[in-house]
Amino acid sequence: MTTKERLAIPRQPMPAQDPNERAHNFNEVNLGYTPELAQKEAMRCIQCKDPICIKGCPVNIKIDKFIKLIAEGNFLGAAKKIKEDNILPAICGRVCPQEDQCEKVCILTKKYTPVAIGNLERFAADYEREHGEIELPEVKPPTGRKVAVIGSGPAGLSCANDLARLGHSVTVFEALHELGGVLMYGIPEFRLPKDIVKAEIEGMKKIGVKFVTNTVVGRSVTIDELMGEEFFDAVFIGVGAGLPWFMGIPGENLIGVYSANEFLTRVNLMQSYTFPENDTPVFDCKGKNVAVFGGGNTAMDAVRTAKRLGAEHAYIVYRRSEAEMPARAEEIHNAKEEGIEFLLLMNPIEFIGNDQQWLTGVKCLRMELGEPDESGRRKPVPVKGSEFVLPVDMAVISIGNGSNPLIKQTTPEIEVSKRDTIVVDINSMATSKENVYAGGDIVTGGATVILAMGAGRTAAKAIHEKLTGQAPNFEEW
Amino acid sequence: MIRVSEHGERIPLTIAGSDPEKGTITLIVQGMGKSTRELNLKEAGESIHDIVGPLGTPSHIENFGTAVSIGGGVGTAIAYPTAVALKEAGNYVITINGARTKELVILEDEMRAVSDEAYITTDDGSYGFHGFVTQKLQELIDSGKAINYVLAIGPIPMMKAVAEVTRPYGIPTVVSLNPVMVDGTGMCGGCRVTVDNEIRFACVDGPEFDAHKVDFKNLSDRNRMYLQEEQQSVEAFSHKCRLGQHQ
Ligand SMILES: Cc1cc2nc3c(=O)[nH]c(=O)nc-3n(C[C@H](O)[C@H](O)[C@H](O)COP(=O)(O)OP(=O)(O)OC[C@H]3O[C@@H](n4cnc5c(N)ncnc54)[C@H](O)[C@@H]3O)c2cc1C
Ligand code: SF4
Ligand code: FES
Repeated sequence: MTTKERLAIPRQPMPAQDPNERAHNFNEVNLGYTPELAQKEAMRCIQCKDPICIKGCPVNIKIDKFIKLIAEGNFLGAAKKIKEDNILPAICGRVCPQEDQCEKVCILTKKYTPVAIGNLERFAADYEREHGEIELPEVKPPTGRKVAVIGSGPAGLSCANDLARLGHSVTVFEALHELGGVLMYGIPEFRLPKDIVKAEIEGMKKIGVKFVTNTVVGRSVTIDELMGEEFFDAVFIGVGAGLPWFMGIPGENLIGVYSANEFLTRVNLMQSYTFPENDTPVFDCKGKNVAVFGGGNTAMDAVRTAKRLGAEHAYIVYRRSEAEMPARAEEIHNAKEEGIEFLLLMNPIEFIGNDQQWLTGVKCLRMELGEPDESGRRKPVPVKGSEFVLPVDMAVISIGNGSNPLIKQTTPEIEVSKRDTIVVDINSMATSKENVYAGGDIVTGGATVILAMGAGRTAAKAIHEKLTGQAPNFEEW
Repeated sequence: MIRVSEHGERIPLTIAGSDPEKGTITLIVQGMGKSTRELNLKEAGESIHDIVGPLGTPSHIENFGTAVSIGGGVGTAIAYPTAVALKEAGNYVITINGARTKELVILEDEMRAVSDEAYITTDDGSYGFHGFVTQKLQELIDSGKAINYVLAIGPIPMMKAVAEVTRPYGIPTVVSLNPVMVDGTGMCGGCRVTVDNEIRFACVDGPEFDAHKVDFKNLSDRNRMYLQEEQQSVEAFSHKCRLGQHQ
């Protein structure tokens, strides 16, 4: 096929559930490519000599190679190729912000539309899983070394997986009763089916990773105890960005005001949408007005969840304009299709309640964009006299997370920044405490799944070198 | 934090005692909502689905001098281990245990054993001192006893009332708060309480706070959020039990 012919193929859209239907169920929105669609999309890749897309990927997946394999119909080969660099492609294909990474720099982006790299990644991984062809990866002979991984989010999982394959005895300690971190309690089923996360974790159990749930490190056991009485040679901390921020405006403690973490945890982890079958309740959104404050993925997940729980009006209230929203473009698009109402350039200043202290509304100010701030985003400034009250019955605050202080409190030797994130050497993810490493949101503040996974691998590499004196070769995998 | 069954909620319970040698902990639970009733139906040898702990910030214990430990209702179950610890730290320990009526008085013997002075109060006068724990506390203060520390654990109105009794005398007073919790690890903020006009997470920073700084009204308002759902859950559960399906 000539380059010209390739360029003539339009980008293949992702098949999805009808918006009107999906706004009332929790099934996955996107249905995935068929093999025919995937091959057609893969043909669009012009196989650049210097594939710049790889540099856009935080873990440098060999994008050109796996896409070529898909084009040739070798779907299992494609999945294997991706897994050399990314152990969770079914997850990343669904949740990575591709438009800011690989697809942003794809050579076709400027003149045409980028190759749908994320959709193809997802396809290859799903094909492999659905065809029961996941081979257990090779595991090196035991080294006799023990490593503890704290937290079972993407950072912890990727670190544990790599270390187990290198022959170390790995135990993952998780505070909650379910494994997976944000992948389980944060990101909803309609965007990332939980069975996919569970299947990945089952795979890790098969190569010998041990998982211990219901263990809060810093409370149930400390890092010093793990390294002392429990004889762990090294520790990786991947505890995520735990502590939800509130806005500090009046009325924030009224009944009906949630943090996004609480709302999503109730619905995803505790399955409150099936109440009373499951015991944990959540505010009954049916026919109610719900406002979510924020513009990130978490905010989109919360507002779309409220809509699915029956909210009459589900609003996104955001201080800046849509261009500044950090959420994935696809989620913003999907949210709009589902009837989410976007109230942009609007800032809440007070929550208002009735005499029973239930939330009834939120007082907002309209904003306009002023000069760019340190982050380069234009800073919103209030419009004088633009105050008004938006009637809402439930509010969800989704303006980001700080760091959970538990580890800091019990292991003060580990250096933390002013924002309480753990300070590491970025080449090894080593902390200031000997043989203790950290990565993911606890280091970067709220970031992405792929960055957390990348950090897990970097740490695994450094831990292996430290414990055995040899550098691992992931290329061989 | 425990979860009784696979579909259960995560509920916070205070550890009333532990035996590291046997590897056991003691929880004292009054069947109020669905989860606690379900827990109380467990027979010896049955198991609980999930348990995680200890969480929160451990009680601050030292030799204050004279310490009064006040328990209201099942709050007594939580006041008890603290009374033991206060005694071990060398305090002169006074305990006041309040209940609505005689049948609801718990841990009487245990409390007596650790107390230098032990009082029981009942609202209806069916046992011990006739009246509220606060009246007994006021009596002690009026009798000229120098009190250096007060700990109060029980229903919100009781803790609030104790705070008001000790406030004029500036007696350091600590209460143990019981907001609604989900994860218990500081991740959700559902347990937030207002202390000294600041948001604090009871599961990490608490559950014990300076009684004179706690916004009790906000706590009792927020604890009403799921009253209707709790009712619904209890009804559905009682119905199942009547049908003998709770196994
Ligand atoms: C609702 C939501 C939607 C998101 N959507 C996207 C998206 O679409 N794309 C994307 O790339 N990113 C998204 N993110 C961000 C992404 O999920 C995170 O950046 C990523 O999960 C961070 O991984 P982590 O391993 O560092 O931490 P986490 O996933 O937070 O996992 C940390 C784990 O550690 C456990 N833990 C915490 N403290 C302790 C302790 N003391 N002891 C033991 N265990 C502990 C926690 O319970 C948790 O399971 C989203 C985040 C949220 C909240
Ligand atoms: S930059 Fe785009 S066209 Fe070039 S190899 Fe990568 S995906 Fe293919
Ligand atoms: S219970 Fe979730 S933060 Fe305390």
